[in-house]
Amino acid sequence: MLLADKNATFWFPPAASTFAEEIDWFFLMILYISIFFFVLVVGAMVWFAIKFRRRPGYEGDSTALHNNALEITWTVIPTLIVCWIFAQGVYGYVDMMRVPPDTLDINVTARKWDWSFQYPNGAISDKLHLPNNQAIRLRMRSEDVLHAFYVPAFRAKSDVVPGRVTVMWFKPILEGEYDLFCAEYCGDQHSEMIKRHGVVVHDTAGYEQWLVEAAKPPLNPIAHGFWLYERQGCKSCHSTVEGKTVVGPSFARSFGQTFKNSKGEDVKFDEQYVRQSVLEPQAQFREGFQKVSQMPSFQGKLKEDEITAITAFLQSMKDDAFLQAVADGELSEADKQGLGIADDAKAETPAAVTN
Amino acid sequence: MSAHGSNHSQTDSDNFLINSKGFLSWALTLDHKRIGLMYLVGVMSAFCLAGVLALILRTELLTPDKLFLTNQQYNQVFTLHGAIMVFLFIIPSVPAALGNFLVPVMLGAKDVAFPRLNLSSFYLWVVGAIFFLSAMLYTGLDTGWTFYTPYSTTTQGPVVAATMGVFVLGFSSIFTGLNFIVTINTMRPPGMAWFKMPLFLWATYATSIIQVLATPVLGITVLLLAAERMLHIGIFDPAYNGDPVTYQHFFWFYSHPAVYIMILPGMGIISELMSVHSHKSIFGYRFIAYSSIAIALFGFLVWGHHMFTSGMAEVTTIIFSALTFSVSIPSAIKVFNWLATMYKGTVQLNTPMCYSLSFIFLFTIGGLTGLWLGALSTDRPLHDTYFVVAHFHYVMVGGTLVGFLGGVFHWWPKMTGKMFSELWGKISCLLIFLGFNITFLPQFVLGSRGMPRRYARYVEEFQELHQWSTYGSYLLGIGLFVALGVVIHSLMRGKKAPPNPWGGATLEWQCSSPPPFYNFMSPPTVNDPYDYTPLEYHGPEQGWEYVHPAQQPVPQTHPVPAKS
Amino acid sequence: MSHDTATIEDLHGHDSHGHGEHGHMPFLAHHFDDPEQQFDSGKLGMWLFLVTEVLFFSGMFCAYSIYRSLHPEVWTFASQFLNETLGAFNTGVLLFSSLSMAWGVRCAQLRQRTGLVVCLAITLGCAAMFLGIKAIEYTHKWDMGLLPAGSYESQFLPGAHHEGLSPWLYVLSFVPAACVVGFGGWYLWTLAKGQKRLSEVAGPLLVTALCYFVGVFIGIAFQNAEASAHAKHGADTHAADKPADGHSTADHSAIESHSSALASDESHEAPHGDTSKETSSEKSHASQTSLVGPAHRAPGDPTEAQVDQAGGAGLFFSIYYCMTGVHAVHILGGMLVLAWLLVRATKDHFNEQYFGPVDYVGLYWHLVDLIWIYLFPLLYLIK
Repeated sequence: MLLADKNATFWFPPAASTFAEEIDWFFLMILYISIFFFVLVVGAMVWFAIKFRRRPGYEGDSTALHNNALEITWTVIPTLIVCWIFAQGVYGYVDMMRVPPDTLDINVTARKWDWSFQYPNGAISDKLHLPNNQAIRLRMRSEDVLHAFYVPAFRAKSDVVPGRVTVMWFKPILEGEYDLFCAEYCGDQHSEMIKRHGVVVHDTAGYEQWLVEAAKPPLNPIAHGFWLYERQGCKSCHSTVEGKTVVGPSFARSFGQTFKNSKGEDVKFDEQYVRQSVLEPQAQFREGFQKVSQMPSFQGKLKEDEITAITAFLQSMKDDAFLQAVADGELSEADKQGLGIADDAKAETPAAVTN
Repeated sequence: MSAHGSNHSQTDSDNFLINSKGFLSWALTLDHKRIGLMYLVGVMSAFCLAGVLALILRTELLTPDKLFLTNQQYNQVFTLHGAIMVFLFIIPSVPAALGNFLVPVMLGAKDVAFPRLNLSSFYLWVVGAIFFLSAMLYTGLDTGWTFYTPYSTTTQGPVVAATMGVFVLGFSSIFTGLNFIVTINTMRPPGMAWFKMPLFLWATYATSIIQVLATPVLGITVLLLAAERMLHIGIFDPAYNGDPVTYQHFFWFYSHPAVYIMILPGMGIISELMSVHSHKSIFGYRFIAYSSIAIALFGFLVWGHHMFTSGMAEVTTIIFSALTFSVSIPSAIKVFNWLATMYKGTVQLNTPMCYSLSFIFLFTIGGLTGLWLGALSTDRPLHDTYFVVAHFHYVMVGGTLVGFLGGVFHWWPKMTGKMFSELWGKISCLLIFLGFNITFLPQFVLGSRGMPRRYARYVEEFQELHQWSTYGSYLLGIGLFVALGVVIHSLMRGKKAPPNPWGGATLEWQCSSPPPFYNFMSPPTVNDPYDYTPLEYHGPEQGWEYVHPAQQPVPQTHPVPAKS
Repeated sequence: MSHDTATIEDLHGHDSHGHGEHGHMPFLAHHFDDPEQQFDSGKLGMWLFLVTEVLFFSGMFCAYSIYRSLHPEVWTFASQFLNETLGAFNTGVLLFSSLSMAWGVRCAQLRQRTGLVVCLAITLGCAAMFLGIKAIEYTHKWDMGLLPAGSYESQFLPGAHHEGLSPWLYVLSFVPAACVVGFGGWYLWTLAKGQKRLSEVAGPLLVTALCYFVGVFIGIAFQNAEASAHAKHGADTHAADKPADGHSTADHSAIESHSSALASDESHEAPHGDTSKETSSEKSHASQTSLVGPAHRAPGDPTEAQVDQAGGAGLFFSIYYCMTGVHAVHILGGMLVLAWLLVRATKDHFNEQYFGPVDYVGLYWHLVDLIWIYLFPLLYLIK
């Protein structure tokens, strides 16, 4: 991150992809041309306004002036310049559109209001991890509305259109962590689709290591449930802080409670309810949540053992120590150790949680 | 509105402001001048409302995290700001408010061709505005002014009511445009040849062409959008094989030409102001006139540049980029011609001229920054960032709004018969100029550093520039407030205006200030609109007067060929 | 209030500034110099309005061509649900109304008052007849579940015919029926009172409202004829089993004749429309044979596998309803203006110097006709 900031200039964020060099140079060229013309226009304007101002003893000419040569000059010169800008722009654009061979392919899913990334070995993450100096091809889909994938440091942006698969590519050249933005307005929490340091460029070895780790879910069901919570998009709507409503209800201390559904009936938050809510989210709305954005069904996306893991995670959401640990939305290895849900210590899982 | 006394050429019974009295005499008037004034009040109110919303947005953006608006409130406020500014202010500002007042007078006609249609277009504006505002204030529209699908078909907001408002406003705009085209074509008095028309009329004519040709497409687009929401017709919905990008094509087919509906009349105003206040015949009349028409026509071919990142085919994208650059040339021609008009003239730096010099400064920045966005490779990172926000504000506010204010000050004496305070007029211009630049220059840097638009929250690195921008917006707000104060003070205490306070040679300066009900007591003498030689200054009381008519009055029954 | 109104009258009628020469031409507005200028302005204005109308429709024509090029098979499949005979008849009706309109313009120019009234009445009657036939077409499709994409739930039975009249038809016919009663009463009243001029307005309006029902009956007659032709065809090719409910024999034989061909498409989910009416045996039929062409299906026609039932054909009907619906709204608007012309014609407002309004409405009417001339082949004929 510090590295990234050091590489930023007045105009640009760090130049972290092969596109950056070409685009930044071109940006500055247009800037110089524009400054030249701007100074020319405003300079002439100020000079004329002073030199020909109405004042005693000065008599201006009011008759018409025409000069076709002048008209042609100031038509042709800008035309030539914009032709060059156009051609240079097309040159850079074609480069961005031509996907090179031997790319690393990553599937991107955008939804309100989160991103998820799927790697060739099946690993899923909510941050984009990339190896340095490797051309990346993203295949992007949207589950709901328009989004746009935008990493300023890569100078790369593309809309993600529902009903289409959008392909884009880039090649990172600078290790570091970069911000990922959604650049197409997508509703309430559009600006919460900022992923601070959401793109991590590793060296090749670091990437390989991360990839192996990422593909392995924790064995402990609670940790596994939280792992899924982070990766499957639950996180973008349901908080782990009691009483904090992002879009849907908070998960904290929900399990075992009884609440009213939109029809006014009492519903108990139990294993059966969790399963139903994951597979058929629209079957029962909690009272007061009928009008919020509708949850997608996870039918076919989650396996039974994964639903079991999520149930275990929700069940442990009434445990104070656990709530404390996940309050910031992360569950570190140290927290897992402390709670006794790390994989090497699963035998010590508290009895209260397994019930 | 009481204009006491009268000048030598007019009695009170002729003054269009007071020749009939009572609420209904205004509400049911068919007089284009009164309709123009009603529009002026309407669009200025809309502007004040949307301006306050802008200040609310800027204040929220002082901090990266929540200051006082929730995400959803922020989205509703920016939607309301954009939609009101575009549909209720900028599009009708110059054509409907100033245009209605000026077109027949400048042309030398008694009225527009269809006075009833003109009045109905004003009431359609009112109905549209009420529809639109109540829809948005009721539960809050949060789609952005562009109504992009599929968000607009799934959100909870009152999208149908808002689109119906847009539909009605579209009719208002079409009727105004249609009226002006017919007026300019058929109502020109003898002697008023096409190339003797003031350039403001050329700009209005070009604008009207766009209004008539583009607005119906917006009409059908919003109708289909409403049908999409109510009946799920699926045309824009991927769930039924439809495509959201089709919506974008439909929308921008109108909304890009609409950009020229906004800027062309502003350019027309500047053409008048530069010439009159430099006391110099306009340089390259035909080039300016043709460039207006060229902009109107090219404007129809460039809508795709709003969609460079939406996944159009490569070839299409490249073609749209080329066409986009082609539209920049006529604008450049205009700027150079305006500058050349000042050369060797007699520049009077009064309030309207100050506004028109700010216009050139700001519009040049707005135009030049379009180069980055038209070029395909630089547009990639800049698309949908604050760079775009700054670019179009430089064109829409720095261009249209400043041009509009310049025009209001320039024709204010004609419209109301009152002069305004020159000193405070200039102060307002200076404050607006400074405030505007402090607001929007930092946004170019924000954009190139990667700040996306429509964000209620942002990352900390951007805070300093955002704060500059917010402080600038306060200064801009104060400047606009001062400008409002100047015109209100002028209404109350303004000195009586002579028929021709600036020395203009177009026809509106031949009739009294304010003009009589029928505009001209006898058919006006059609001169070269930019020939200032026969005019002479007789002090602030009399203003400029013709010392020797450039041409004999044209007999009404025998049209003479256009020749100067 | 009255004072204000008087002032306004004064404003508009006031000729004190050298406009006295208009005195003998009451139709000439104060701001025009002569009738020619007024006519030219009106005509140019009308042409510009027609340009906006064309562009308004152009949006839908674009949508049509985009989706047709994206999903040609859906278009080929879905267009066979439209009734070409009724479409062709309606085309004829509109063309004839254009003729009567053009004739009316000529009558106005020649100051033939009666001729103009008759021509306007014929034009109005044709318009109403067009809407009557359109009502039959629409209600028939609604009954079959051929609705816009979001509510599309077709049984995929081209040529299917429901016994009896659709309940929707009663809904749509309510206003025309009220018009018949109202105009009829008015007409009798004017006759009784001997008010000749008013009876010249009420009479044509009554005829217009009746023409709607003429259209409805023509539509029903055509459909019954076609249904019996299908039934005959089905009986010839297949031993028809008796339908259990409202479906006619024709539907069933169509299903049967193709069930074998498409038995492999069992994976397709059964459509849910009209299930309340269906017996369980029919449901099983539908689930096996939910999508087939009509009995006379050509070899190249698409099969179920080629057409996405969930939205494909629905998109066609979305565009069909948008285009024909907006067109029908234009017909209705045209009828209102024609009625206004009728009133003015009976007052003898039009003459050699002043026939602008008739001319402009004529232009509008021809445009509406012209748009139909495009809609008919694009939607009904092109396969």
